[in-house]
Amino acid sequence: MTTPEEVLKLASLARIEVPEGELPEFVEGFDAIVAYVGQLEGLTINETSDILPYENILREDGNATPAGTWTEKIVAQFPQKSGDSLSVKQIISHD
Amino acid sequence: MTKPLNQLSIVEAASGLRAKDFSVRDLWDACMAEAVAKNEELNVFLELFDANEEAIAAAQQRIDTEGEGAPLLCGIPIAMKDNILIEGHVASAASKMLENYTATYDATVTAKLKEAGALFIGRTNMDEFAMGSSTEHSAFGSTRNPLDPTRVPGGSSGGSSAAVAANMALAALGTDTGGSIRQPAAHCGLVGFKPTYGAISRHGLIALGSSLDQAGPLTHTVEDAKILFDVMKGEDSMDATTIPADFCATKTSAAKKRIGVPYHLLASGVDEDVRARFDETLEKFKEEGYEICEVQLPTSPYALPAYYVVMPAEASANLARFDGIRYGNGGKGKDLLEDYVIAKTEGFGHETKRRILLGTFVLSSGYIDAYYRKAQSARGALIAEYDKAFEEVDVIAFPTTPSPAFKFGEKSDPVSMYLEDVFTVTANLTGMPAISVPMGMVERDGVQLPTGIHFTAPKCQDELLFKMGGMVTGEEIY
Repeated sequence: MTTPEEVLKLASLARIEVPEGELPEFVEGFDAIVAYVGQLEGLTINETSDILPYENILREDGNATPAGTWTEKIVAQFPQKSGDSLSVKQIISHD
Repeated sequence: MTKPLNQLSIVEAASGLRAKDFSVRDLWDACMAEAVAKNEELNVFLELFDANEEAIAAAQQRIDTEGEGAPLLCGIPIAMKDNILIEGHVASAASKMLENYTATYDATVTAKLKEAGALFIGRTNMDEFAMGSSTEHSAFGSTRNPLDPTRVPGGSSGGSSAAVAANMALAALGTDTGGSIRQPAAHCGLVGFKPTYGAISRHGLIALGSSLDQAGPLTHTVEDAKILFDVMKGEDSMDATTIPADFCATKTSAAKKRIGVPYHLLASGVDEDVRARFDETLEKFKEEGYEICEVQLPTSPYALPAYYVVMPAEASANLARFDGIRYGNGGKGKDLLEDYVIAKTEGFGHETKRRILLGTFVLSSGYIDAYYRKAQSARGALIAEYDKAFEEVDVIAFPTTPSPAFKFGEKSDPVSMYLEDVFTVTANLTGMPAISVPMGMVERDGVQLPTGIHFTAPKCQDELLFKMGGMVTGEEIY
């Protein structure tokens, strides 16, 4: 059984606030889904054949387009800006 | 022409444009008039675009000068799902989080359609970030099914399917992470096609589950779906998951004229009349000399649980980037962390939050082996089983959905909604191409509702699906 505390912990990890009024519904829905996906426990896996082959496809690091190509359009959408820079709130406190 | 222009297929419209029976402008006006007339009732489009006079004139001129040489999509009005970027237009993925985000570039599929002369009529409603099977999770209200407005059009590409079914556009683009093109196509009586993973570039699509997502067409005919696929497919340097041109050339196999059916999966849970339409459709193939064989796919019952681990895991990672800082609704908190929390809490809807939490859970330390790694192994097992089945049969068939379109609110608990995708998710988990084609009607509450037959083919065998689909609709596809 999922507890309200567990849901709140996951929400805080995901930077989401779950209002108190919605919490029971989140817990109930979460429980049902976790029970459903828990069926996977019954699956026996062949460790040699059922592992997906992954490979990384890498390209050389570098600028795909000349600097400044997209600047104007992207900066236009910044909620808060100073010139071509994005303004955010102070991260490190001096306290 | 006896049909109204907005009811034509792409092929019929292209032919009429070349014969000068009507102009590109006439075709645009016919679709737009229908869209304007019906949008208030159906809520299909989140935005209808102003006529792009330059693009309309250019398409007309191209048809006039190039004639038969002009691309078939030239001058064809197409509806675009709201998670596909069109430069200069809002792309919100039907979320409050992105309601003010204007695309700064074209998705590769958008650029390819523009190059072929297609016109964009508007951006269609969807479940928020493509999370849903009914459009009920859109932040901007549900879309109604044009065939029965008391029912859902399916989802998540429900706006796109409704746009074509209501003749507001000749075709539409959708995206499919677990069935989001094929399920709404089945519920609206259309052809819906999900290509092989990597066949079409996802550059410029708002991602849900990156190992599952593909873009594809929703159309009236199989031939129209093929036309759109042929224009959009191909390797793209902006999407490293696209398949190199020569890769599929080595993957052809001789036709066996055998269709595999996993009857063990259809024994329960499928409506009786849907099953009857399915059996009748297979009879047609028998008349064409096809053999129907039973195939065993014992891992299939684990496909949907595996999907609801993998997809939320990838969604929670993909959606972490939306924080309201660079665009959107940020800047309301007292510090940066509070800015994030307020932007996400206000910007994401209920279902999106649910899946972000679920993804965070299955990836968290202590649970990752039991859920995420197990689910990834289930994918490996499914691929092995399907590959083995394809040694004996050309395609695997089942109904696209167990039932026709459902009523609003009918699937209010999340698991019953997720079960809508029970047959479609495997093609995404395995990366195999799949198509849904109308297979006849069933009656609910005195209304005739469409159903779909679903074919899955081996990777790279996309063309085979058009041939099989054409045999259902009576089209001859080469």
